[in-house]
Amino acid sequence: MEVLLALIIGVLGGAGVWLVLRPRTFQVIMGLTLLSYGVNLFIFSVGSLFIDKPPIVTPGAPPNLDQYTDPLPQSLVLTAIVIGFATTALFLVVLLASRGLSGTDHVDGNRAD
Amino acid sequence: MSGRFSHLMVAPVVLPLLTCALLVLLGEDKKRLQSLVNLCSTLVGLFVAAQLLRQVAANDGTTLVYLASNWEAPFGIVLVADRLSALMLVLAGVVSVCAALYSEARWSRVGVYFHPLFQIQLMGLNGAFLTGDLFNLFVFFEVMLAASYGLQLHGSGWPRVKSGLHYIAVNLLASSLFLVGLALLYGVTGTLSMADIAAKLAAVPALDRGLLHAGAAILAVAFLVKAAIWPVNAWLVPAYTATSAPVAALFALMTKAGIYVLVRSWTLFFSDGSPSAHFGGRALLVGGLATMAFGALGTLASLRLGRIAGFSIIVSSGTLLSAFALGIPAVTSAALFYLLSATLGVSALFLLVELVERSATHAPPPADLELALELGEDTNLDDQEAPLVGKAFPISRALLGLTFLTCALLVAGLPPLSGFIAKVSLLRSVLASEAIAQVSAGTTVAAPAWWFGGLLLFAGFVTTVSFSRSGIRHFWASGERLAPRIRAVEALSVLVLIFSCVLLTVWAEPVLRFTRATASSLHSPAAYIEAVLSARPRPGPTRAEESP
Repeated sequence: MEVLLALIIGVLGGAGVWLVLRPRTFQVIMGLTLLSYGVNLFIFSVGSLFIDKPPIVTPGAPPNLDQYTDPLPQSLVLTAIVIGFATTALFLVVLLASRGLSGTDHVDGNRAD
Repeated sequence: MSGRFSHLMVAPVVLPLLTCALLVLLGEDKKRLQSLVNLCSTLVGLFVAAQLLRQVAANDGTTLVYLASNWEAPFGIVLVADRLSALMLVLAGVVSVCAALYSEARWSRVGVYFHPLFQIQLMGLNGAFLTGDLFNLFVFFEVMLAASYGLQLHGSGWPRVKSGLHYIAVNLLASSLFLVGLALLYGVTGTLSMADIAAKLAAVPALDRGLLHAGAAILAVAFLVKAAIWPVNAWLVPAYTATSAPVAALFALMTKAGIYVLVRSWTLFFSDGSPSAHFGGRALLVGGLATMAFGALGTLASLRLGRIAGFSIIVSSGTLLSAFALGIPAVTSAALFYLLSATLGVSALFLLVELVERSATHAPPPADLELALELGEDTNLDDQEAPLVGKAFPISRALLGLTFLTCALLVAGLPPLSGFIAKVSLLRSVLASEAIAQVSAGTTVAAPAWWFGGLLLFAGFVTTVSFSRSGIRHFWASGERLAPRIRAVEALSVLVLIFSCVLLTVWAEPVLRFTRATASSLHSPAAYIEAVLSARPRPGPTRAEESP
């Protein structure tokens, strides 16, 4: 599972960086989205990966990471998703404004006139 | 922390938030009332910041810790105010009052939601200065940035949208890096509280140290993008030049927020005692020096006053970063003084740029005053053979010229204002440290110190050249240009900023004493860590009943 997750994060990150460096605004926003997916998975993975462990301390069991999975990265991911979603939406608006004003979807928007 | 003002610490965050809610409720059709509320709120914010500064400076330095929802440090989010935070809060207060005042005249009516966004931006800034938790810092950064995206586009138009697109893309990338960095730090240390990370760093096993350094470096890159270090600062000048004047003045604070968090976390995590002491100091120094050189060359290459102001920000960022990177308390203290002076000066300059450029573009149709004058025998004639007598020298032009001159003196660091004091104390402390290095031979501070001093003088010289050229273009060679129309509030806001620099000059000694104390506490963070980790929650009413 670790290898799979690492591969997924790597592919998402690589594809994201490649897309961000592309000249079209739509590609940039797709790249940013992929990057944020990769980052979110990465945050999730630093809490160490377990299958079938509750993110809560069970009464009676000793409160160490052998007994439960760390809930904090999950809450961090939740916050990061919300913030990333909002800022990406804002970026989309600016992207559309740029498209409307310049008539092209190039990131530098070389206006014809 | 006790007494009547125990909840005052959260006010710099809560006050702008509530004001923003009030402003949204008031609605966009009550612009005058909104302006008034905005201004009053920033004034109250400044008062609160000053009050916090007074509390922090009392008893030879106290670190105020506020446990949000009464959770103690490593588990809950804490707000921490020490000397540095309080100083930054006051700086943000002064600049925001002036920006709010300036926007009364014109800018707040250009588009919608100016005032609410202004307050949210202020909330993000204040929160970033106060928080003691890395993830909370991320949230406040995002709050600040989200508001800044809106403010940057305020007034719309193609240049703003174009530079805004780049600005947002760069900052979204930086936010991703921020998350990666803090996730790595969390993975290594198991905590997000900055004080707790600092306390646990010594116990990090050697195997994890590489991961720790990688996380810290990635986090630093995210901060440095905001601080506009050299290879990643191409977004700054177009975005700051294109945006409206009060917003640009407020944005001058944002680069300082990046520098603040960098200094805060770097001195906490990698100060002298810890095993990875001064990690990344060399890279930071080189980056800072490169930023200074880049900013100086950019200043020289710019013709437009707005671009000069933008590059001045880069120069001041570079100066601050390399000064902090030297890691010598005396230099840090001088750099903090420079930070105050440079921020106020550049903010005033950004406000002024718009007034000067307005006189170039919005000249009213010329009145026929000269034609009414009788030409006498001995009338002096000017270049165009027109009579010089009776030409009114408008007060607005005089005001513009004088404030421009003062701003130039401030930003270039020429006597007699605070910019000069800042540069002299920077140079003195750097060269003094150089002397120390010669005594205890073997340390490597010598070459960077000389580079730093040289670049500082070069940047000052180049800025002077650039300002002289721009001043000649705008004020002496302006030909038939007529007096700009300046509202009283606009002039007042620029004058307040300049006057605060004058105050800084007059009371340089107490301020320097304060920054010296700040620097020494920054370089020995044990007191900060101790204060945060030893803060205990107050017993609630129910718990008090249970305890006996």
